[in-house]
Amino acid sequence: MTLLTVRDLTVEFRSGVRAVDGLDLELDAGQVLGVVGESGSGKSVTSLAVLGLLRDARVGGDIRFDGQELTALGQRALRRLRGNRIAMVFQDPLSCLNPYYSVAFQIAEAYRAHHRSTRRHAHRVAVRMLDRVGIPEPERRAKAYPHEFSGGMRQRVMIAMALCLEPDLLIADEPTTALDVTVQAQILQLLRELREEKGTAVMLITHDMGVVAGLADQVVVMHQGRAVERGPVRDVFHHPRQPYTRGLLACVPRIDGPLPDRLPTLGAAE
Amino acid sequence: MILYLLRRLAVTAAILLVICAATFAIFYLMPADPAQGACGKACSPERIDTIRATLGLDHSPLTQLRDYLSGIVTGRTYGSGPQAVGCPFPCLGFSFQTDQPVWDLLTSRLPVSFSIAIGAAVLWLAVGVGAGVVSALRRGSLWDRAAMTAALGGVSLPIYFTALVLQYLLVVQLQLLPYPQVVPFTEDPFGWAQSMLMPWITLAMLYAGIYARVTRSEMLDSLGQNYVRTARAKGLPETTVVRRHALRPALMPIVTIFGMDLGALLGGALITESVFGLPGVGKLAADAIASADQPVILGVTLFAASFVVLANLLVDLVYAVLDPRVRAVG
Amino acid sequence: MNLLDVRNLGKRYPVRHGLTRRLAGHVAAVDGVSLSVGPGETLGLVGESGCGKSTVAKLITRLERPTSGSIHFAGRDLAELDETALRPVRRELQMVFQDPFSSLNPRQTVRRILTAPARYQGLEPQEPVEDLLARVGLRPEHADRHPHEFSGGQAQRIGIARALALRPKLVVCDEPVSALDVSVQAQILNLLKDLQDEHGLSYLFIAHDLGAVRQISTRIAVMYLGSVVETADRDTLFAHPAHPYTRALLSAVPLPDPDAERDRERIVLRGDLPSPLNPPTGCRFRTRCPKAADRCATDRPDLRTIAPGQQVACHYPERTP
Repeated sequence: MTLLTVRDLTVEFRSGVRAVDGLDLELDAGQVLGVVGESGSGKSVTSLAVLGLLRDARVGGDIRFDGQELTALGQRALRRLRGNRIAMVFQDPLSCLNPYYSVAFQIAEAYRAHHRSTRRHAHRVAVRMLDRVGIPEPERRAKAYPHEFSGGMRQRVMIAMALCLEPDLLIADEPTTALDVTVQAQILQLLRELREEKGTAVMLITHDMGVVAGLADQVVVMHQGRAVERGPVRDVFHHPRQPYTRGLLACVPRIDGPLPDRLPTLGAAE
Repeated sequence: MILYLLRRLAVTAAILLVICAATFAIFYLMPADPAQGACGKACSPERIDTIRATLGLDHSPLTQLRDYLSGIVTGRTYGSGPQAVGCPFPCLGFSFQTDQPVWDLLTSRLPVSFSIAIGAAVLWLAVGVGAGVVSALRRGSLWDRAAMTAALGGVSLPIYFTALVLQYLLVVQLQLLPYPQVVPFTEDPFGWAQSMLMPWITLAMLYAGIYARVTRSEMLDSLGQNYVRTARAKGLPETTVVRRHALRPALMPIVTIFGMDLGALLGGALITESVFGLPGVGKLAADAIASADQPVILGVTLFAASFVVLANLLVDLVYAVLDPRVRAVG
Repeated sequence: MNLLDVRNLGKRYPVRHGLTRRLAGHVAAVDGVSLSVGPGETLGLVGESGCGKSTVAKLITRLERPTSGSIHFAGRDLAELDETALRPVRRELQMVFQDPFSSLNPRQTVRRILTAPARYQGLEPQEPVEDLLARVGLRPEHADRHPHEFSGGQAQRIGIARALALRPKLVVCDEPVSALDVSVQAQILNLLKDLQDEHGLSYLFIAHDLGAVRQISTRIAVMYLGSVVETADRDTLFAHPAHPYTRALLSAVPLPDPDAERDRERIVLRGDLPSPLNPPTGCRFRTRCPKAADRCATDRPDLRTIAPGQQVACHYPERTP
């Protein structure tokens, strides 16, 4: 069953920059869709457009989520969807968490935005979520503030916050880019487990081909606001049809396989 | 947290000591002879010598400073024998003009300065911060541009000009308000507010302008923060997003400047008090300067500096309560 | 004969506490690091944030003064020298930084930036600015522009040109490509390699990206919590990593290959990096090590040779099959 369909999406900023230019996407329930591209390819803007979080931008095209046309919804209806059915995890967990409130408060706040619940119940939900995402001593750590956590732990908090309402779709925008590689492995492992457990569909936005290869079922390669290639992850990685995709795969220095003397570049001058 | 408090208190005491020494040095080591000032015109050399001895001016500057400081803490006695004059704790000396203890002068003037400062502060906080928040939320709108232009006007107009214009309009032309005078709050709260309204508006126009501009830019900054985006992505209502996630961080710098401004004003609003002829600490300072009344100038300077320093300490403590990150560093 | 020989390098920062800011102890950012770089060689220095690799770069280039150890470079011990004595050394030892924009003066033209090293040394420029630009793949007309007119990759080329202006023997590159897009990274890595072939340069290449390090290095040192835990020739390190941390690090790098990703063995480390304020006793990695035994808590392992060209600081290294 198709959960999210994006048709002919265009995003134009007030400055006249067209960040997304006729993008089509499709994501089935329970699937992981990898959206890859370099900076400026429009991948992050796409995710913000789905949630209706873009300011100072004109959004055109259709965004259909579970049978509802999101572009036709008012702010109120969109707000009820955000966090509740579509949740988001961002790149830099430190700046994405409010330094003035405890982590439990920020998770409970998300829960209470969509459920009639007592403060105490929401706090218990928050502690349970912290435990679920692998924060040691969750009761004690719940009262701590974001700056008292490590980068990896902060991203776990973000994931706990995103998943406390059991959304149908999780949009993860470069969720591991700001993290060290061993911590990235921990977070990717957590995302894999949660996805097995809850069957949440994931739109995974990243520049890292390795992260996509390890997590995604389907892949869309974006370049200059358009999808240049799409398909099941194995097809795209093993038989890329477009030169851009081939270049993107080849220019990343790898830790396995043959070692080229020079790396192939994408050809175009910077 | 307690360590932080102790360290801050120690630093505050040290700063006050330095201010004491510096002011003392400036006023007492100046070429103008305090003994001459104390004696007034047509004074015999013998009389000046006596005064010099009584005031301790024949001692070394360091001894004088020590005596002055210990006078503040324990009180002191000027001169000796039958001419001795006792100056009880906290002793800041006597006015050359009126022979009253400087401390009594200051405390008698304090209620007026407090009335002016606190009323004006309430007014400018409400108007300035409110206008700044609305401007930030409706950035680029007609309201924003109008408010910011008004704010620029408020900042640019000198107090004595605003004061005179207001006085002319509200008192003389429209006869809405009485001419400012001292009405003790405890006797007639309404009359107090009515008589203080004009100084309040005068001061608030200046400060509200500054606060509106600072609030607006801080709000714009915090509205652009990633955690505000997170708050929206969570599906929080926009009012909660603004109040909880944008306004609170934006108010932190306001707390800082507010502490300093209020501290400075509690030590006397010099121009405002002078223009309206209100007998506050500021007016006391202006008069003392005009008559070269050195003990009073020294006393007012120390007094005002103490307010600023204490306000600063208070701001830091409030910061530690408001911002968990400061708490951690402390 | 090595160009650079670092022995037992250490950097401790004081930690102060309490009312009087009394000295509460020291945090060892770098703790007994030994490295060497031969002529024309590239030593890759890898590790995660907080491992001390950038501090090593600052110590070797003497942007900071080490608290212990020696840095032998071109016949002198840089650890001992003061600023005046260091000046001639800086001709031969240059640095490329992570963020090209913040390391280039925004108010100066490229020409002025590139002639600054010679001015500072009181020398005539080694070659015209235009030639220097050509060597890093930029055009002569770029000389009169300002840094903000360039893309990230171009700005990093300018950073490299600045480092090369005095024809150094050793260039310390601190995360030179991590701020750049993948396709630009490849271009910069190629450029660094070309320049090395052309001029016989040596590099100390510091990065967290193991792919980039593999691409450019001849030998690699892996750091964890202030110390080197393994050094080996490039191919040995990737084929037969011996230290459990190196193995975890390699297994954590995502491979751009869905089949390999599905089938590979993953070593997911437990927990977070311990605080360098209070490092574990014995082996610093033992709190997260899958192989930790009693001995690891008491004896701190030294680097020892376990195979030609491979040294490991571990009591129970993985043996080559």
